[in-house]
Amino acid sequence: MKKTVSINVNGVAHRNEVEPRLLLVHYLRDTLDLTGTHIGCETSICGACTVMIDGQSVKSCTMFAVQADGASVTTIEGLARDGELHAVQEGFWERHGLQCGYCTPGMIISAAQLLERNPDPTRDEIRHGIEGNLCRCTGYQHIVEAVEYAARKMKTEAATGD
Amino acid sequence: MSNKYVGQRVKRTEDPRLIQGLGHYVDDIKLPDTLHVAFLRSMYAHARITGIDTSEAEHAPGVIAVYTGKDVVEKIGPVPCAGALPGLRVPDYRVLARDKALFVGHPIAAVVATDRYSARDAIDLIMIDYEELPPAVDVEEAAAGGPVIYEEYGDNISYKLTAGEGDIDAALASSDQRIKQRIVHQRLAPVAMEGRGVLARYYPGEKELTLWSSTQIPHLLRTQLAIMLGIPENKLRVITPEVGGGFGSKLNVYAEEAMLGWISMQLGKPVKWIESRRENMQATIHGRGQVGYVEIGCKDDGTVTGLKYDVFADLGAYHQLLTPAIPTLTGLMLSGCYKIPAIQINVTGVFTNKMSTDAYRGAGRPEATYVVERALDLVAAELGLDPVEVRRRNFPAPEEFPFKTATGLFYDSGEYEGALRKALDMAGYDQLRKEQKQAREEGKIIGIGVSTYVEICALGPSQAMPAGGWESATVRIEPTGKVTVLTGASPHGQGQETSFAQIVADQLGVALEDVTVIHGDTSIVQYGIGTFGSRATAVGGTAVHFAVEKLKEKAGKIAAHLLKSDVSSVTFNEGRFSKQAARAAAAGEVPEPVVPAGQAPAGALPEPDTGGNHVSLQDIALAAHIARDLPEDMEPGLSATYFFEPKNFTFPFGTHIAVVEIDRDTGDLKFLRYVAVDDCGRVINPMLVEGQIHGGIVQAMGQALYEEVVYDEQGQMVTGTLMDYALPRASTTPWLELDRTETPTPVNPLGVKGVGEAGTIGATPAVVGAVVDALSPFGVRHLDMPIRPEAIWRIVNRQN
Amino acid sequence: MIPAQFDYVVASTLEEAVSLLAQHPDEAKILAGGHSLIPAMKLRLAMPQILVDIGRIKDLSYIREEGGQIRIGAMTTHYQLQSSDRLREICPLLPETAEQIGDVQVRNKGTIGGSLAHSDPAADWPAAILALDAEIVAVGANGERSIKASDFFVDLLTTQLEPGEILREIRITPSGGRNGQAYVKVLHPASGFAVVGVAVDLSLDQAGTCRTARVAITGVASKAYRAAGVEQGLAGREIDAQAISSAAEKAADGVEANGDLYASADYRRHLARIHTKRAIEAALAKA
Repeated sequence: MKKTVSINVNGVAHRNEVEPRLLLVHYLRDTLDLTGTHIGCETSICGACTVMIDGQSVKSCTMFAVQADGASVTTIEGLARDGELHAVQEGFWERHGLQCGYCTPGMIISAAQLLERNPDPTRDEIRHGIEGNLCRCTGYQHIVEAVEYAARKMKTEAATGD
Repeated sequence: MSNKYVGQRVKRTEDPRLIQGLGHYVDDIKLPDTLHVAFLRSMYAHARITGIDTSEAEHAPGVIAVYTGKDVVEKIGPVPCAGALPGLRVPDYRVLARDKALFVGHPIAAVVATDRYSARDAIDLIMIDYEELPPAVDVEEAAAGGPVIYEEYGDNISYKLTAGEGDIDAALASSDQRIKQRIVHQRLAPVAMEGRGVLARYYPGEKELTLWSSTQIPHLLRTQLAIMLGIPENKLRVITPEVGGGFGSKLNVYAEEAMLGWISMQLGKPVKWIESRRENMQATIHGRGQVGYVEIGCKDDGTVTGLKYDVFADLGAYHQLLTPAIPTLTGLMLSGCYKIPAIQINVTGVFTNKMSTDAYRGAGRPEATYVVERALDLVAAELGLDPVEVRRRNFPAPEEFPFKTATGLFYDSGEYEGALRKALDMAGYDQLRKEQKQAREEGKIIGIGVSTYVEICALGPSQAMPAGGWESATVRIEPTGKVTVLTGASPHGQGQETSFAQIVADQLGVALEDVTVIHGDTSIVQYGIGTFGSRATAVGGTAVHFAVEKLKEKAGKIAAHLLKSDVSSVTFNEGRFSKQAARAAAAGEVPEPVVPAGQAPAGALPEPDTGGNHVSLQDIALAAHIARDLPEDMEPGLSATYFFEPKNFTFPFGTHIAVVEIDRDTGDLKFLRYVAVDDCGRVINPMLVEGQIHGGIVQAMGQALYEEVVYDEQGQMVTGTLMDYALPRASTTPWLELDRTETPTPVNPLGVKGVGEAGTIGATPAVVGAVVDALSPFGVRHLDMPIRPEAIWRIVNRQN
Repeated sequence: MIPAQFDYVVASTLEEAVSLLAQHPDEAKILAGGHSLIPAMKLRLAMPQILVDIGRIKDLSYIREEGGQIRIGAMTTHYQLQSSDRLREICPLLPETAEQIGDVQVRNKGTIGGSLAHSDPAADWPAAILALDAEIVAVGANGERSIKASDFFVDLLTTQLEPGEILREIRITPSGGRNGQAYVKVLHPASGFAVVGVAVDLSLDQAGTCRTARVAITGVASKAYRAAGVEQGLAGREIDAQAISSAAEKAADGVEANGDLYASADYRRHLARIHTKRAIEAALAKA
């Protein structure tokens, strides 16, 4: 039996009839056509499907859409504001934090979560902050540098009130 | 030619779409009325299929069709194998199993439904009657007899091959020392983060099939699928959208690709199949899978006299595209970066009830490097010499290049000592050895591993390749002055959209933003080979270079015409041609801006500015397209295509040094240092090169320490998801200290060698060497991968 | 990897959830954070016909102090436990365990109640809960009952919870006085679960003699267990290196250890001993 869900995604309210078993990631990708969120492992290991739900990073392949009823979801498509890249997105571009780009949306969301909770992480803390995200291309080093770049940028912005 | 972009850390032009989630991988492409396909796969490694009942599935909600082997056997040709070896046995590999299932994951039936959930549900409704057969799992047992997979062959041997030069028996007999070692290269899963995926759309009216696939080889795939499906190649269009990693696993032609094309042709609707990770582990090719016996002979001073490698290659049940060819690459690279007068490889290719092995990052070469480097370490251990010294004593000198090996190759250029010295300096090798000695006295377990590798890249001369080794490029200047590059080397993360644009922008003196690189669409791009074997820049980039040169030649003729001058007296600089007298004045000036769209009168192109002593490329392009004032007999348009055939491979090299410490109580290992100096020839974009090396090293660490595809005795896969198959994570990966030397190759005018696989090739022996070195006080000379903590703990605590 | 169909019911109160389970004793399963259940459903290892979502029941997610006890609602996430400053003060073993579970995303969504009710033999919480000698409060059609942690875990994926019962709360009485706690874990390189996880709660008197020691180990056997031999080796003694070593030697006594690709039964037993030693040392250092 289908259920009605109301989910705010990237600031836009959506109301849909869904099968209870519809995974949140399929809801985002197939129902809303927000295909930036990817599916990598399907067993809650790789983090490619990571999105923010009410401010917390979550693996959207390990959640049913019905569980997100009433929630606010931010996907990679909603991270940039008014055409301005999020500092983490900018960091990934500046520091070559991606190659094939498939893990990147989830990785960026995880990095954004990390910096929200810990604005000045050490390299080790960055590595632990993204341990729920697998990347097969970069060997992680440029990703760590990308997050460091973003942390510096966010600190500067905070200081200048930008 | 300027050097504004080449050699610089240019940010990638691919990235803005990818960091915003706006790229399109296969599953991101949505066509109306798309049907979804799911595959029923064998749950047994070896079984006779005695009955298939699809009736319940056919009537399940949303199900449109169910297909089994009998439906397609006459319709779809076999999955192709491009490896051609003398006496090679090539089993008939159909897209769906008919009478027998030969590995866990072998597709047996395909369900087509209105959505992916219904398709998946219907799979559970298909009833298969299996009669289990004993499986051939272990490669050596399968070679020795074992349960025979193909009754018609009588045994499990696919081929035997001997290669190498020099009298190996005499060489070994005359050695002061002969050392033998059994070496296992475990099976690995490539695990591109995006699995495979196919979307196929057939237009019955036009009789045109368009197939989107996550592949590294769109053109080769098109040719092979046209043959399999029996449709004209020019009615088949293959498009590779964004590809989420390949590592060789998408350098193939898969049953599912043909099946999807065929289903779309049956139903006249778009059909999509997106591989699950479990399917990816079971039914996408694996890498490595060799069990070998190396014997190395040397003089007492450490000079190597000969190397022999007898290897059983675990091919799996069928040949995928390059399955039997991979071990031959191992044979080619067995000389490493050393002078070894006699080399012999004896390959036994063995069928087993498993998924096929094929190209995985390095593809046969990591195996060779690992064998040679491990063997050199064994020599050092036997003779009590420093492993660095043993390597030095066997290097060819720079003046010996091109250097001929006993495997029949000519190494293009090399300065092995230079890279080694730089790495030793960076690591502080002598100091490290002192510290190690001190640490041992304090009871700590520390090891240093050194690997000096050479690899074979830029695959390759067509003579040595199964389906052409060249690459193609078209470069075109559009009427507005925008530069379009079409390359056959379709990337999947390597960044060719940026690096090829760097090459072109410098050659033409235009802004990087004005160059767009298009790839991965067989209807747009002229035939090409693909991205694999660290070939894209060295072969594909060189094709681009030559296409630009060809284009400039034509542009020069038009320029001379427009400037009312002679071709020999116009010169090109920074995006424009000038009459020679004006050459000095032209230097340093900024090129004209691209003709802005919107300034031209509606419906008409602006007139080219041909006054004065200069004419810009943009104006030449405009003149070439308006074509009212061109040299006599000149074709209109401004476009050039070049197919580059390399005369040789290239041979990048380098030194990797790993330093590890072992926890005596648990066997846990941590990296204290990792230093790599790589020489991939000239570098187009250092940032991209570092990225390739980082990724390669970490994949090698995965092989050395974590990864292994494990089948149990029944041929069931034990490591079927990422909850069991361990990949390196950010938190388990060390900081990598990189530097490089640059020894350009003479093989291509760019001087580039290739870098995609270097890290994977160089790092594995360094890591294993470090662990073995750490454990040498316990009498260890070799350990097989992946080296898990338990194995280390058992050695340290003498627990067997 | 797509789950089979099911019906989905949101319970707005615990009573409602209990009554739903009573109505569908064989078909219904509780959905908490879903991080144990959903992966199993996607592999079709679990195919419940009805999911009763307790995620929207008000006030199942809390960390409270009441009557000298710490009370934790079943739907409290690992992250909430990890980031509780108050718990760091009064029961640091909880945040220390929480922060070693899975990864950030799993901790944001996964719940302590869900993990305990699932009772994976390699989960982290069972060790902590045993070492804290917690009580687990379950609600069923016959009302509420309290189950001692030491009775709660029955076997692989099996607990004392009766069909129809829902885990509501975890209650912990902090040891007080001079106390030290630690959780030490060897994580599986692929799954992130515990190959071995050792939780220790040590109470000392002012002279430094061990009053009580509770040591619990997960990952080694088919269920987490209290290492009685280790505890006996510590209780009533002055804890020195010798005492720790000989006590820790008993960490896997009488235990049938699991073996897998990553760690054989022998090695697991050895890891249990080594990490018990390390966990006791770490707890002692904080006492």
